Amino acid sequence: MKFSEAWLREWVNPEISTEKLLEQLTMAGLEVDSVESAAPEFEKVVVGKILSVAPHPDADRLRVTTVAISAEGSGDEPLTIVTNVADIAVDEMIAVAKVGCVLPPAAEGEKGLKIKKAKLRGVPSFGMFCSMATLGLVEEGGELERFPATVIPGTDIRKLLGLDDKIVEVDLTPNRGDCLSIIGVAREVGAINQHKVGAITESFSTVAINSDANAEKMVSVAVEDSESCPRYLGRVIEGVDPAALTPLWMQERLRRAGMRSLGPLVDVTNYVMLELGQPMHAFDLAQLNGSVVVRRATNGEKMVLLDGKELILNQDALVIADGSTENGAPLALAGIMGGEHSGVSDNTTDLFLECAFFAPLAIAGKARSYGMHTDSSHRFERGVDPELQQLAMDRATSLLLEIAGGRAGEVTEVVDNSTLPKQNNITLRRDRLQRSLGLDIGEGDSNLKMDEVSAMLTALGMQVELEDNEWRVLSPSWRFDLKIEADLIEEVARIYGYDRLPSTHPEWSAEIEPITETILTPNYIRHLLVNQGYHEVITYSFVDPEMQKIVDPESTALALANPISSDLSVMRTTLWSGLLQTLSFNLKRQQSQVRLFEMGLRFIEEPDGTLRQQNMLSGVLFGDITPEQWGSNSRAVDFFDLKGDLEPLLTPLNASLSIRDSVHPLLHPGKAAQVDIAENSIGWIGSIHPGVAVKLSLPKNIYLFEFELEPLQQRDIFSFQQLSKFPTVRRDIAILVKDSVAAQELIDTVKESVTDKILRDVSLFDLYQGDNLAPDEKSIALSIILQDSEKTLIDEEVDDIIKSIVSNLKQNFEAKLRD
Amino acid sequence: MNIELDTLVKDAESAIAEATDLTALDKVRVTTLGKKGELTKILKTLGSLPAEERKERGQLVNRSKQKLQQQIEERRAKLEGDILNAQLSEEKIDITLPGRSHHQGSIHPVSRTLERIEELFRRVGFEVAEGPEVEDEYHNFEALNIPEHHPARAMHDTFYFPDGRVLRTHTSPVQVRVMESSEPPLRIIAPGRVYRCDSDLTHTPMFHQVEGLVVDESVSFADLKGLIHDFLRSFFEQDDLQLRFRPSYFPFTEPSAEVDIECVICGGKGCRVCSHTGWLEVLGCGMVHPEVFKHSNIDVEKYSGLAFGLGVERLAMLRYGINDLRLFFENDLRFLKNFQ
Repeated sequence: MKFSEAWLREWVNPEISTEKLLEQLTMAGLEVDSVESAAPEFEKVVVGKILSVAPHPDADRLRVTTVAISAEGSGDEPLTIVTNVADIAVDEMIAVAKVGCVLPPAAEGEKGLKIKKAKLRGVPSFGMFCSMATLGLVEEGGELERFPATVIPGTDIRKLLGLDDKIVEVDLTPNRGDCLSIIGVAREVGAINQHKVGAITESFSTVAINSDANAEKMVSVAVEDSESCPRYLGRVIEGVDPAALTPLWMQERLRRAGMRSLGPLVDVTNYVMLELGQPMHAFDLAQLNGSVVVRRATNGEKMVLLDGKELILNQDALVIADGSTENGAPLALAGIMGGEHSGVSDNTTDLFLECAFFAPLAIAGKARSYGMHTDSSHRFERGVDPELQQLAMDRATSLLLEIAGGRAGEVTEVVDNSTLPKQNNITLRRDRLQRSLGLDIGEGDSNLKMDEVSAMLTALGMQVELEDNEWRVLSPSWRFDLKIEADLIEEVARIYGYDRLPSTHPEWSAEIEPITETILTPNYIRHLLVNQGYHEVITYSFVDPEMQKIVDPESTALALANPISSDLSVMRTTLWSGLLQTLSFNLKRQQSQVRLFEMGLRFIEEPDGTLRQQNMLSGVLFGDITPEQWGSNSRAVDFFDLKGDLEPLLTPLNASLSIRDSVHPLLHPGKAAQVDIAENSIGWIGSIHPGVAVKLSLPKNIYLFEFELEPLQQRDIFSFQQLSKFPTVRRDIAILVKDSVAAQELIDTVKESVTDKILRDVSLFDLYQGDNLAPDEKSIALSIILQDSEKTLIDEEVDDIIKSIVSNLKQNFEAKLRD
Repeated sequence: MNIELDTLVKDAESAIAEATDLTALDKVRVTTLGKKGELTKILKTLGSLPAEERKERGQLVNRSKQKLQQQIEERRAKLEGDILNAQLSEEKIDITLPGRSHHQGSIHPVSRTLERIEELFRRVGFEVAEGPEVEDEYHNFEALNIPEHHPARAMHDTFYFPDGRVLRTHTSPVQVRVMESSEPPLRIIAPGRVYRCDSDLTHTPMFHQVEGLVVDESVSFADLKGLIHDFLRSFFEQDDLQLRFRPSYFPFTEPSAEVDIECVICGGKGCRVCSHTGWLEVLGCGMVHPEVFKHSNIDVEKYSGLAFGLGVERLAMLRYGINDLRLFFENDLRFLKNFQ
């Protein structure tokens, strides 16, 4: 909501500076967004009266004028001004920049033109005529403004147009529809400063509506849907002057509210909307057939709006329609916008003014559903004062008659008291107010006295009775947001000042809640990966459907109905899509070593229709094992680097964890591992499938992992194992096995061959394939560390154990012992 | 004979002094003090001397022997020290060469900020709660007192799914879910991703919020002010950080407030970041609206509640001086490496 400060001060004018006023508004919840001057800086521009116009002796396109810049017979002598303006005539009143005036710059950063005494083709000139655009008041328009003959020549233009004013823009919250008007903002300022508001309304009714000159015609009004339209006022005004101009002051106020002047008929309705918050509509009487009806549209009914847009309506829409026939054509979309031909035009002499209260729910969402948003719908949605229509009609009528003449008819009113919004009865209890705000409210030394509260509520337009420590309040008709006790508590807090309210430390129990040690926090897991050199990323949860299909061809991704763009339109079923995109993004920016991980939800639609929103931990690895450096040779990472990086995550799960060969569409079939816990898959490790890499224009040696987060967080409480006093024995065995035998199987066999009590560790410390071995053979060396907790193992015992291990290896895998 | 001994000692002494390595020194020791050494020979002849002379001469020779032995030891220590020093200086390295580095990762600045926020609230007894990101309209809107057609709903720029579900537009639905499933007193924060259908210089379609909720028997607006004061001052580690509470509107709180902090970039003097106002809006808060309690069957006469919601990216930007919101989700490594 944008408005002129001077206009506001016409309604309420406490003795406070502009700065203070704006601060008060912000601190009352009407956040001031911006403040600017109503006009650029300039001086020495006055209204001049053309006394004579003569052709220039030496130039066809110039004229020599004399211009009075003071009231007749007083002050300054008339000026001679040479001008190229063609259509200029004696007695016209025009803005004149006098010598010494510096005009506002045409564009930011430029210097303004300084008016000097000059000779134009030999004739001296002492000033320049200015258009409103030249003065920086409007964006465009070269036409000179003709001021009324009643203006005294020499009047300073700043004074005439009230240009020493501020344009204030406040950002209103949706509950404060009542402040979408000067009167609304004025009420707030009045309540804050305990200052009288709106004395000006007393002058509204004094503007005579000439009862002798009543309009002859009438328009009958019928309301079919009084739920949506509880009150409808209409009035015919006949014989307005189509040539009338909107007065400057009104144009200026409209301009400062961000509205263009569109002729007096429309301007007056807009002016009343800005001033009182009542949207109005003016129909051209000639386009009506003597009656209107407020009704719901029928499904499929068409209408063309005044902006030229054609709508196909449904029965939700409320229209003002021709009431002269059954199902007459819609003339306006109620409370939103008028129709194309029914509105007033430059030739209108007779009009029908509409001033209605449409129920918020009848308008809410309707404009949006037709892709529209108007000043009118904005106000009706939020709630227009249902008691305002008569005042607004009077105000508009008197302004119209004053500006454009004409004869006003009687007001036709259709009202359904049963559907009009009721003012709410609300009770505010003192103890509730005290407890809610932490403020002492009472008599004497209290932070806030009881009667001060009463005064605050009264100043906000409420009817207040204070009885038994309770304020019984009737909310004002314009405050749709005041319904319950908490709403009144906020009002008291607002007027008292949020900043003055006390601030305390909450008192609550110092009970110590347990911290579990058996579930690792996501942050702990993040830090583990950071220590392994991975950067955490956060990518969008919605991804490109193409990418999604490549990365997870077997799932159907949940699609958004209204995505922000087609490449962000489906919910990810794996975090790999975002990670691969991020990898690609970074590769394009000369990053050659990329380690990334992300933690976040994936969205899987289950066969039964439910949606699994599951926290995942995923990552990608590409590039060299170490940063380039002098001290060691680097090499490209491989599967086992990734597996090693993940060990800190997987080790705590050791007991039930298994990693096995498997096939995943995104992964290289020979370099893909499924990770299971207790035979349930929890994730994957592997190298990107070369075919997919080509499709995505990515290099081939990319390694990926993805796990469900929750299983990774599980951990047993640490449990201390008694240290053995007896020495350990290490025996190494080297065996030859078929290439197809998995290392893990060999290790598992060793473990099964020795009791847990004695086997301390088994590790695979050498792997060899190549010269001296058959092509399908490999040599593997295992070290086995044994220790008994009760005695020193003797050689014979150790030999027996090793023998049984070797025998099992032979039996299971046809392993041959190497010497 | 004494002359002979003197010469011998003198020759040995100079040989010791001239020995430049341990081998040469050892040779001197052998030729002088060894089994067949010159001095040993003299000692062996002592037996043939008369007793008196033997004693005197014996002492003389032994003194010479000890003297030479001592000199040899000193020389040996010196030579050994020289060898060690030579070795040490040969082993000197350029300690300014860079360390043998490994890759170093980083926590995303949004996560880092969330971690700090969670930690600060945990200290005063808040628990972290989570909720779904694909949410139903009831939890995202209705239960929060935002009925259909409410202008506030239009302001949310909601992402919809064809079946009417939505991507949550704020973390507030977690409040509702917690109140549905637990009994007061409650102290929770709910961090997480939220979504709005809006993308430009200052909006990304996904961002992060932290929702806070306290429900207890006598929670007041004064408590809310105190809590938010403490939090913001601790978060920015600035004891004298100026704050202001402005009345505002959220359908799920009443009274509602927006909180501005004194611009941490310019110290409140006015700059581009704060649009020359000296203030920065950082969070919204208020007392839980009775309608919200009613939806969750919490006794509005017995309990009161406070709630707040803050934008994580905003706080991260202010804390770390990040000037472009979009950087957070591009995940450019050059950006991420600022947070190593």
